[in-house]
Amino acid sequence: MADEVTLLDFWPSPFGMRLRIALAEKGIKYEYKDEDLRNKSPLLLKMNPVHKKIPVLIHNGKPICESLIAVQYIDEVWSDRSPLLPSDPYQRAQARFWADFVDKKIYDAGRKVWTLKGEEQEAGKKEFLDALKLLEDQLGDKPYFGGDNIGYVDVSLVPFYSWFKAYETFGNINIEKECPKFIAWAKRCLQKESVSSSLPDQNKVYDFIVEMRKKFGLE
Amino acid sequence: MGSEDVKVLCFWASPFSIRVEWALKLKGVDYEYIEQDVFNKSTLLLELNPIHKKVPVLVHASKPILESFVILEYIDETWKQHPLLPQDPYQRAHDRFWANFAENKLLYASFIAMVATGDDTEKALNVARDSVEKIEQEIKGKKFFGGDNIGYLDIALGWISYWIPVYEEVGSMQILDPLRFPAINAWMTNFLNHPVIKDRLPPRDDMVAYFHTRKKIVSPTYHDLMKYL
Repeated sequence: MADEVTLLDFWPSPFGMRLRIALAEKGIKYEYKDEDLRNKSPLLLKMNPVHKKIPVLIHNGKPICESLIAVQYIDEVWSDRSPLLPSDPYQRAQARFWADFVDKKIYDAGRKVWTLKGEEQEAGKKEFLDALKLLEDQLGDKPYFGGDNIGYVDVSLVPFYSWFKAYETFGNINIEKECPKFIAWAKRCLQKESVSSSLPDQNKVYDFIVEMRKKFGLE
Repeated sequence: MGSEDVKVLCFWASPFSIRVEWALKLKGVDYEYIEQDVFNKSTLLLELNPIHKKVPVLVHASKPILESFVILEYIDETWKQHPLLPQDPYQRAHDRFWANFAENKLLYASFIAMVATGDDTEKALNVARDSVEKIEQEIKGKKFFGGDNIGYLDIALGWISYWIPVYEEVGSMQILDPLRFPAINAWMTNFLNHPVIKDRLPPRDDMVAYFHTRKKIVSPTYHDLMKYL
């Protein structure tokens, strides 16, 4: 029986990118639907009535919401190839902890960097860079968080790299200077087809953020 | 069961650390309970959880595992008796979704409703009641979220059955109206009467006293919490 897989997404969303990478790693064919978040489709509202948010993975008509939950779902259903989570329970717990850390720290701190000014922005910048440094420590000498190949933590984190030009410009920070290992890791990930085909160009995301800032009256 | 080296760093009034205890007890795994003063953190806690500095911490064979939901999955994968998560990936995704939902929506909203004042209390109560309404749909027609037996989602949501009634008393408010939410109220009774759970609940009077004190302390700055609604 052929699997029917659809992804409801929004092209600049780092959360949506996680699913694109996971699906590509597993070689799963799917239909990509870009949502207009100001005019959400009936399908999105039906598939995610609780949060009305993207991404939503739809597998044979059934929705899976929340990006990390959907990545785990993909890993469990297509368990015969390219495992994202390790098999050892302690290693799995580590991977889940760090993906949860990315969820708690990177998006919110990053958001402070491109939306705030003055002292609040400075605090956001420190939070953001401190988080990246902790992640660098966790990576250690490994090529990827997943070891020799990209895994759950890499998938949860690398999408934010597509937002770095925006963070650097509006935050006036040089991330490569502060976190060279992080940048090296991100570039290494981008050499993989599953990642490069899933992340938009940094310039495109930057232009999008410029528009968002105008809309929020931040310019 | 066995003499494995299992320790749990807990705080007696924490809805998060108790989950870990419930899971271990359901599986019949012996553990050492180590009480933490979360307002005066021990060197041990800071060493084991330097990033978040929080309970619970599960220590198994000297290795720390952090974050209560991560710990629950670790426990389920390590001790196979009395499985907590379902086998089917879609059901697993369902349980994880609702565990997160209750954590991010209901937990904050119900606490904020307890400590806020004026219109903000109403705002928090509305979010809390809307969240309960959604959870009600998930438990309708079932004894437990796990079916006939307690499962992952029961443990993840178990705090609702014991902490929210305390918040309601301390905040002089109602969230879990039995007329509006009969299914969740029935589940609460089933959950609290389960022999393992019944045996492991913090004393109610102490909880009420503790949260009265928390309310006094947190109320002046509750505005900081409104962003979580």
